[in-house]
Amino acid sequence: MLSAGSGAAAAAEGIDASSSSAAHAVSNSAPTTYVFLNREEAAFIERAVARLIPADAKWPGAFEAGVPNYIDKQLAGAWGAGERLYRSGPWRPGTPTQGYQLPFTPAELFHTALAAIEKDLASAGTPFSRMNSEQQDAYLRRLETGEKDLGGVPSDVFFDHLWQCTLEGFFSDPVYGGNRDMTAWRMVGFPGAYASYYELVDQHGIKIDRAPTSLAEDAHGHMIVKPGIPAKSP
Amino acid sequence: MTMAKRLKHVDVVTIGVGLTGSMMALELARTGLKVVGIERGAPRFTVPNFQSPAIHDELRFSIRKAMMQDNVKEAVTFRNASDQTALPIRRWESFLPGTGLGGSFVHWNGQSFRFQKADFIYKTHIEQRYGKKILDPELTIQDWGVTYDELEPHFDRFEYLLGTSGKAGNIKGAIQPGGNPFEAPRARDYPTPPQKEPHFGALFRKGAESLGYHPYPQPSSNLSQPYTNPEGLALQQCVFCGFCERYACEHFAKASPQTVILPVLMKHPNFELRTNCQVLRINLDSTGKKATGVTYADATGAEFEQPADLVLITAFPLNNVRMLLLSRIGKPYDPTSGEGVVGRNYSYQTTGGATVFLDESVNVNPFMASGANGTMIDDFGGDNFDHGPLGFIGGQYVGAIMTGGRPIEFHPTPPGTPRWGLGWKQAVTRHYNHTVLIQQHGTSTASRLNYLSLDPTYKDAWGLPLLRMTFDFPENDIRMSQYMADKVVEIGRAMGGKAIIRGGTKRPYTTTVYQSTHNCGGAVMGEDPTTSVVNRYLQCWDVPNVFSVGASAFPQNGTYNYTVTIGALTYWALEAIKNKYLKAPGPLVQA
Repeated sequence: MLSAGSGAAAAAEGIDASSSSAAHAVSNSAPTTYVFLNREEAAFIERAVARLIPADAKWPGAFEAGVPNYIDKQLAGAWGAGERLYRSGPWRPGTPTQGYQLPFTPAELFHTALAAIEKDLASAGTPFSRMNSEQQDAYLRRLETGEKDLGGVPSDVFFDHLWQCTLEGFFSDPVYGGNRDMTAWRMVGFPGAYASYYELVDQHGIKIDRAPTSLAEDAHGHMIVKPGIPAKSP
Repeated sequence: MTMAKRLKHVDVVTIGVGLTGSMMALELARTGLKVVGIERGAPRFTVPNFQSPAIHDELRFSIRKAMMQDNVKEAVTFRNASDQTALPIRRWESFLPGTGLGGSFVHWNGQSFRFQKADFIYKTHIEQRYGKKILDPELTIQDWGVTYDELEPHFDRFEYLLGTSGKAGNIKGAIQPGGNPFEAPRARDYPTPPQKEPHFGALFRKGAESLGYHPYPQPSSNLSQPYTNPEGLALQQCVFCGFCERYACEHFAKASPQTVILPVLMKHPNFELRTNCQVLRINLDSTGKKATGVTYADATGAEFEQPADLVLITAFPLNNVRMLLLSRIGKPYDPTSGEGVVGRNYSYQTTGGATVFLDESVNVNPFMASGANGTMIDDFGGDNFDHGPLGFIGGQYVGAIMTGGRPIEFHPTPPGTPRWGLGWKQAVTRHYNHTVLIQQHGTSTASRLNYLSLDPTYKDAWGLPLLRMTFDFPENDIRMSQYMADKVVEIGRAMGGKAIIRGGTKRPYTTTVYQSTHNCGGAVMGEDPTTSVVNRYLQCWDVPNVFSVGASAFPQNGTYNYTVTIGALTYWALEAIKNKYLKAPGPLVQA
């Protein structure tokens, strides 16, 4: 695996050679210290997200952007434990229109599915890390189509969680541990967390070239204080 | 079970302190009545709770839905049809009921429409124009029992409370250039002029005009300029930061209870706010025809009985219906016999839309936006066009309405793009800033098959049954949305769309994709107690000292986002309470 704790700069090993130059663009990013995923789990997640959103000549991919770190911290926290998820049974399969109906919290779902994937790959004889990109993509597509039962987690349900988490880690504010250096925002041209566009909104078609801003570096740092507005409930 | 502690009697209790609760509480406190507002969620104010930088967090607010009803404590169960088993909606997606002081009126987009004249006399209007044959047999549309003309002064008052920014299309019958020529006549123009038109709106305007339609600026309660409302509260100019929908406004630029009512209400000596208190039921006396107050649990779980003369149910529409069912007020609807009223005529919103991919030379800048600065047409709204040859009723407004381009949710790719991988990434990079979303937003026709009831299996954190929703789109509404989808594709082409994803509504309705938070009906108003829960003043037929206020009273849903019509209806009911009910408490309409 890419050793857990290694930084994005180590990403080149086992990942498309084309990623190395892009990876260097964010080589200052902090190394990932995994607090939830074990070594085998982290190894799979790192390589899977690198295929879901690969690096290319111009832009880093999900791995370089720190998405594994984002996923690790989300799973370790309240969301992983089932925050804002109705968790009472009875548990029934339901129709697709009824949405998620499994008893697993996200943390349980990832641990369960990743353990089953580890077992599946071991029995097939080729670890994910030894597959080439085409083989990795083919394996991910088999998960996506729901071909496998991952210890009670249908593999399409796991894939949907993995893909949604990858999107979130790629595009959410860097304070959550992904989107390092706001790389995904630079890629699409999203100016980030905070701005006033009052003077620009009717200048149709202009190109915004300024660097994005993150919650962490909100230079405005202001509070809008108005006398007469209670700041606390009585 | 421990006994609830009995508290000192008050005159009025509101169940929920959001839009309708805060409006009701302020007006009634001013008459001299002692009012207690009981809010299940937390107290929160623009300062310090809605401030930068934390409020601009797409993950926390849009994706994790931090401002919404906590599913861990209270979910809603769902099924498409009565022969299925309802299961809990374990995470919100399709609709997003808010919680906390200010309710859903904090995280709204600010889209501020009036319903039209025909909406309030829908059954009468449709049958007069087309005959009864146009109605599919399962449809149960009905008149509201109140007319647009009766509501007009209340629409006007509510818009001036909010400071809504817009351009009138019809002042006392005179069509105004630049506004919506299809709108119902209004007494005067909006309090503030329209917001600036972003690029996506200008592109839509050009395309729609080339096809002969009538584009106009969406009325917005994110204000175009500073404004002081009749309560003396000052709102600021919206800066188009792109964080309205699912967020609170840090700038004092979006109308919400925190900006237009609460600062005055909180200071009123006759008002007391109790937050983090969950009302469990309305208590009735031995006759079952009079409410004696409410029982609620505070944040520690301790139970209290709050006696009151007048109980106002002012929660989110779904929770209004649940409160009536839990309190055994009114006869629950039975879809087999068609009898009973509570839960009947639950309706939703029929949406849709198209994704229009433009040339790379066109920078759309979707992040420069408020929640309601679209450009739109009403040529296909409600009954603004002849449905005779079409075989359906209802309509939709259509508009380029983009609310911020926040990229976890907004990363459009044209047809044929792989779902992930390098091809996906390159398509997202190419199209993010060169794509316009056109929205379809319209009527939801009530059907005898769609209703709300209590779930027999699943419970909330206090051990009470969850609300059960049985819903699918009536075929009428599918035909309507699909007809509109073709019109929208034509507009997309006229805008220069290189590729267009067509998006009309299909069955079955799914809870897994966001569509609208305009859940309505289930405790509908009307003139006949066998087909309505509340009379034309929102007073319960069966328990006259209980009023159920808000969109739960809509007999079916109209074309438009419903907040302003809720506001007008609330002022209408308030007038009746102040001028009639308080002088002679009892039924305002004889059954």
